Amino acid sequence: MADHTLDAKGLNCPLPILKARKALKEVPADGTLEILATDPGSVADFEAFCRQTGNELVEHSEDDGVFRFLIKHTA
Amino acid sequence: MSAEEKSMSIIVTKGSLDWAYPPFILATTAAAMGLPVTMFFTFYGLPLLLKKLDLQLTAAGNPAMKMPMMGGHMGLPNILTAIPGVDAACTKMMKNLMNKKGVASIEDLRELAVEAEVRLIACQMTMDLFEYTLDDMIEGPELGGAATYIEVATQADINLFI
Repeated sequence: MADHTLDAKGLNCPLPILKARKALKEVPADGTLEILATDPGSVADFEAFCRQTGNELVEHSEDDGVFRFLIKHTA
Repeated sequence: MSAEEKSMSIIVTKGSLDWAYPPFILATTAAAMGLPVTMFFTFYGLPLLLKKLDLQLTAAGNPAMKMPMMGGHMGLPNILTAIPGVDAACTKMMKNLMNKKGVASIEDLRELAVEAEVRLIACQMTMDLFEYTLDDMIEGPELGGAATYIEVATQADINLFI
């Protein structure tokens, strides 16, 4: 289970990233943030976000149009 | 954070509803990715700092603006944009569409930019030219001119003109 879950379904670029940044601040170091999004662009964007900020994208998956990302707060 | 040494600046020169998006989207996203960001508001970009935003849109001179409609895409011939009320209707249509598609409002993005400590510089010359004062603006912008921006730009890794 993730420490926090962010429901970003229905939100378009760049809101999922901006909200994830905020939510990540509430996650303790090495804790995890789960993000649910429906924006197909969020897949590439969360990969880039994690590479740039040094947080770890532990996994991402898709189920019925909903993308799920698990980010470990490592930066 | 690995990105801390990178920074970005944007010259914001346009103030229509559609053109207000790229600078605010990029500024807030870069800030979220750990980059210090500076936005320099000049000419028609300056009113984006006004307390009350009333952003409008026109299809005039923009053949690429085609709205999704009845399964297709519809543009507007220039001559129709001259009819009173047409721009207002286009603006309303665009705002409705954005709302429906989960696109943030400029008001929201601007607030997020302020919250993320994006540095906002209002062009002094444009303030004089169009007779605005800092009292007309939201809390946060500082005043500066070309030299102020150039100093920022020489330090930044990404400099955009929008």
